[in-house]
Amino acid sequence: MPHRTFFAFLFPSILAMVLFITLPILSVVVQSLYHQPDAILTVVENCDPFSCTKSTKVDTAAMAAFKAEHPMGQFAGLDNYTNHNHLALADLGQIWAEGGGLGAMASKLMNLPFYRALAFTLTYCFLVTPFAMALGFCIALAVNTLNPLLKGPAIFVSILPMIITPLVGSLIVAWMFNPQGIIGATLQALTGDPKLSLRASPVLTWIVLLGYGIWTNGPFSFVVFYAGLQSVPQDTVESARIDGASRWEIIRFVTIPHLAPLATFVALVQLMDNFRVFEPVVGFSAEANATSLSWLVFNDLVSQDSQQFGSAGATSVLTIAGVLVLLAPVLVRTWRDFNRKVV
Amino acid sequence: MANSTPTRLPLSLRALTTGFLCLWLLAAVFPFAWTVWGSFKVEADFFSRQSWWFAIEGIRTQMQTGGAFTLNGYEGAWIKNDFLHAAINTLIVTLSVTAISLTLGTMGGYALARSGHRYAFWILIAALIFRAMPHITLVSGYLLPFFQLNIWGYLPTTIIVLVAINQPFTLWMLHSFFLSIPKDLDESALVDGCTRFQAFRMVIIPVMWPGVITTGLFSFLLGYNDFAVTSMLLRQENQTMIPKIGSFLGSIQNEGNIMFAVAAVVSATVPLFLLVLFFQRQIVSGLTAGAVKG
Repeated sequence: MPHRTFFAFLFPSILAMVLFITLPILSVVVQSLYHQPDAILTVVENCDPFSCTKSTKVDTAAMAAFKAEHPMGQFAGLDNYTNHNHLALADLGQIWAEGGGLGAMASKLMNLPFYRALAFTLTYCFLVTPFAMALGFCIALAVNTLNPLLKGPAIFVSILPMIITPLVGSLIVAWMFNPQGIIGATLQALTGDPKLSLRASPVLTWIVLLGYGIWTNGPFSFVVFYAGLQSVPQDTVESARIDGASRWEIIRFVTIPHLAPLATFVALVQLMDNFRVFEPVVGFSAEANATSLSWLVFNDLVSQDSQQFGSAGATSVLTIAGVLVLLAPVLVRTWRDFNRKVV
Repeated sequence: MANSTPTRLPLSLRALTTGFLCLWLLAAVFPFAWTVWGSFKVEADFFSRQSWWFAIEGIRTQMQTGGAFTLNGYEGAWIKNDFLHAAINTLIVTLSVTAISLTLGTMGGYALARSGHRYAFWILIAALIFRAMPHITLVSGYLLPFFQLNIWGYLPTTIIVLVAINQPFTLWMLHSFFLSIPKDLDESALVDGCTRFQAFRMVIIPVMWPGVITTGLFSFLLGYNDFAVTSMLLRQENQTMIPKIGSFLGSIQNEGNIMFAVAAVVSATVPLFLLVLFFQRQIVSGLTAGAVKG
């Protein structure tokens, strides 16, 4: 296909992606170098008949003028990245200097907003992905043994947790875990602890959020693995059986190797999706106990009058860096494959 | 077929898989069933500290409304809180996003599938990276420019943004779909004297519908399910259903009208149920197409 035709066909797509994906990323980088201006103070003299007092006030007029002139705020350099709410280098230094054992240092680290969010995001990403894949694989094996008539309904029910709007799904589950909801109340009765609730217990919050993640991510692996199972070479299975392989050995040495390429794909997609975990934190109102990187950005932007563009920008850039690190193995491999193909 | 036909499974294994499957299916469907059922009850029944049995029997629903089921929640959401308006906005947004995404995506995907040039590969890799960007990080880049251009808060802005965010995925999916259409088909049209565009219009468009429908379903889901973009880019009166539900959380929950939110959530789930019901085959094949070919 000649270059001209190619770009004529692709131009609208590329334009959309450049305007609304590339430029915003640049804009985020620039934004992250600015912060909201410090309050401009003026000294006002208030005189009453007896005396004059001087007081300092925020000069709203000057602030508005400054804001109109510099919509992004004041240039801050890398301050947004290093301050307490992000990488918190000063706090890190202090924690390091104080020492006191790994546990104490970790708990101090978890008080810093960015590291708290990072810890949850990574835990979510790297626990939910493998467990959801294992769950999906088991469902696929089980559904595959079903009577053909039952397969359709079983697949229908199984993909519901995946297709559901993330916010809606997390709300539905969160309401059940509400202290007044069916599971929340039952948990309190079972443990005999009337104060047990998501809000009160960080451990429970993490477990429920991870469980929700596995519930909603499992079906995707299931569908892909189920399709993969349909193409397992029957000759190999047959010969393995004749050689005396047990059911488990057939799964271990024939089925799983056959599904391995699919598993890489599923893992990649799920890691990307789980890294941006966001709606569950909102749906479960879990921000007191578990936050994610995406939620931090959202939280900076959500208040209508005092949006922290600089801070949101810095978190966004750090998140994007995280995505690139996550994708790096794939990119390196593609690059190698590509070069090999050319040579 | 599979490595084990139902009859050949030993009884213990049969029991294990059946038990596991029943457990999973229950876990998959119960939250929905429970919430749908509960949405027709009053709050004192659905959120009852004493016993979840209240929600089943609906004693307080009976006491407060005189019937075992009540539509109070739905009335509150749809009539008092103008959920209808949000539903219409959702309809506009999702249909436009799907239509525009597919129009751009089929052309782009076709070009990517038929171009042997190096840059086609790099565009696909760039699309893969874009696909991984958390949406909210992009949103934080939109806000300031949109404020300045004075286009923040309107439906068309959100539609275009969702189309763009959706583009990498659409391109990948349609690219791999077009790869499965034999090259000879459109090349013979070229030999017969068609231009590329004519070949696309007269030869490719008639055979591309299975792939387009599948991709369209996923574009629809993206527009429908989005919360990050719609909640940040739409002003209150233009909100679609999902951000509307999000805003219910703060306001309505505090006023003791949580059942409005429950009813709204159930209402927003219904279209998805219907979608899966009618398009299960396409959704399944779409998910696997990405895996098998991509």
